[in-house]
Amino acid sequence: MKIGKMVTDAAPASSSRSKLINEKGFFSRLTDRTSESRGKLLIYGSALLMIVAVTAITLFLTVQGLRSFVVDRLNFWTFITGTEWFPDRAENPSFGAFPFIFGSMAVTFLAALIATPIAIGTAIFMAEIAKKWGAKIMQPVIEILVGIPSVVYGLIGLSIIVPFMRQHFGGTGFNLITGAIVVGIMILPTVASIAADSIRAVPDSLRQASYAIGATKWQTIWRVVIPAAGSSLLTAIILGMSRAFGEALAVQMVIGNVGKIPTSILDPSATLTTIITLSMGHTTTGSLLNDALWSLGLILLLISYVFIVIIRFIGKRGEKR
Amino acid sequence: MKKKNLLAIALVFVLSLTLILSGCGNGSGSSSSDSSSSSKDSSSSSAALSGKITIGGSTALQPLAAQVAKEFMEKNPDVQIEVQGGGSGTGLSEAQDGNFDIGMSDVFAESKSNIDAKALKDYQVAVVGMTAAVNPKAGVKNLSKADLQKVFTGQVKNWKEVGGKDLKITLVNRPDGSGTRATFDQFALDNKTPAEGITQDSTNTVKKIISETPGAVGYMALSYFTANDTSVTKLSIDGVEASDDNVASGKFPVWAYEHMYTKGEPSKLVKAFLDFMMSDAVQTKDVPAQGYLSVKNMKVQRDAEGKQTDK
Repeated sequence: MKIGKMVTDAAPASSSRSKLINEKGFFSRLTDRTSESRGKLLIYGSALLMIVAVTAITLFLTVQGLRSFVVDRLNFWTFITGTEWFPDRAENPSFGAFPFIFGSMAVTFLAALIATPIAIGTAIFMAEIAKKWGAKIMQPVIEILVGIPSVVYGLIGLSIIVPFMRQHFGGTGFNLITGAIVVGIMILPTVASIAADSIRAVPDSLRQASYAIGATKWQTIWRVVIPAAGSSLLTAIILGMSRAFGEALAVQMVIGNVGKIPTSILDPSATLTTIITLSMGHTTTGSLLNDALWSLGLILLLISYVFIVIIRFIGKRGEKR
Repeated sequence: MKKKNLLAIALVFVLSLTLILSGCGNGSGSSSSDSSSSSKDSSSSSAALSGKITIGGSTALQPLAAQVAKEFMEKNPDVQIEVQGGGSGTGLSEAQDGNFDIGMSDVFAESKSNIDAKALKDYQVAVVGMTAAVNPKAGVKNLSKADLQKVFTGQVKNWKEVGGKDLKITLVNRPDGSGTRATFDQFALDNKTPAEGITQDSTNTVKKIISETPGAVGYMALSYFTANDTSVTKLSIDGVEASDDNVASGKFPVWAYEHMYTKGEPSKLVKAFLDFMMSDAVQTKDVPAQGYLSVKNMKVQRDAEGKQTDK
């Protein structure tokens, strides 16, 4: 932001002094505040750093994640479809990651199911109904909620939602739906604030046209504003889902971490992230379990890439309309 | 524009200042410690130690190591000891790679793959006993080893089948690879694989779950069962109470060493710390205070395969 402004400010000055700059050496071109090259270098440098970082992380995870298939000779197909995770069993240890993939997906979708209606309702309230109040009070409140660390959500889940579930639904209270509720509350503010922005971006002319043909406020919101903001709202939800998908700590505290496919939402479950955080420290570098955990990390990365691709796809479709 | 310029200059100034200061700090720090150590060498017979030790690994051993490190640093002000967590696996790997001077582990290095146990030197600094913890509502205080194994392998689903109340059994496990789990599986379950259950890493969370969930059973170190605490029941196995004395005499089988590993022979400084760790002052005071048994009190010993012999 700051750099961009500096460059645009510097543009007219540099055109009048362009001869001077050309005569300067390489070093002074970089130190001169008004020089084009310095701005370019800064911006190109940061962009390059980003690209290098993303590529390096992907490559590193791929190399580490493929070790269990290449070096340790695990079968890739039985790894992602197998349902038995007994890495420490004395005879015939088995690595079946499907329960974790399933658990991650289930938590993510349930959390989105819980968070979406509330988040979009809040967003409509902030952006359509109580505009001033929404911008002055609700927006900051929601931004504070975004900043609360996930361990706090986990602790609240452990000391309030888990006992509640145990008293009212039996069992231990550690189950899939508890995890989904905790993560759902966590992603609520993220979804709400992005959704509010996208509703605000709907041009006023649409609303005025709707009122002009005699629609009520609710009809305008339901039939005009939401469809117009549609694809951005979807983006908000999927961004929330990708946050839910990557969440580890809060989920680990309440989901029970059982490596079995749950038969109901009241069964304990486990996710890709929880099994990684639980076991990683106990493993030695390069051991079979360690490699298998890296492979889980690679799967996690691939699925979050899928989320990004979906967001881009929806964004493009929204532009076309 | 001017404001921004000023800000940039201020920023650069602050940055360079911190760089210079930190540089100075390092320089003066090392030189002062050098001079003090050399002066002490000449003045006193007890050779003053200086330098830095990095210890890391098992979170179960971390509190004891931190406490002993604190006392060691009070005695040797020029020594800096950093105690990190990370888990037993991390401790072994980093000790082997030379990143930790001492790697802490709850299990023998031999039991972990990708670790060259021969390259590591083992110091058994303490003993930890553990047993099953049961929710009081289950109504069991003692189980035979065979029944305990049935409970943990999932062959038995209700407490009434092993002499308790009519209550469903809920297992609370530790993560794969955890030292506590490895010890319990090996010595209480005779290497049988426990059935799937709720999995938690921290002993405090495990205790909380067991105390709050009717019919829950898990396992934890003996130090977590306190005398007047009735929130969980400490289980006896085959009629033998899980007490420090029974562990020391070898009657109670579920216990493990807490290890400190160094890569090859330790340096003089690290050796001094390990000697202090094994000294009577630490072994009779800090080790029991942190809930461990002293290795010196043990009447039995064990090798890496788990074979138990009289000392």
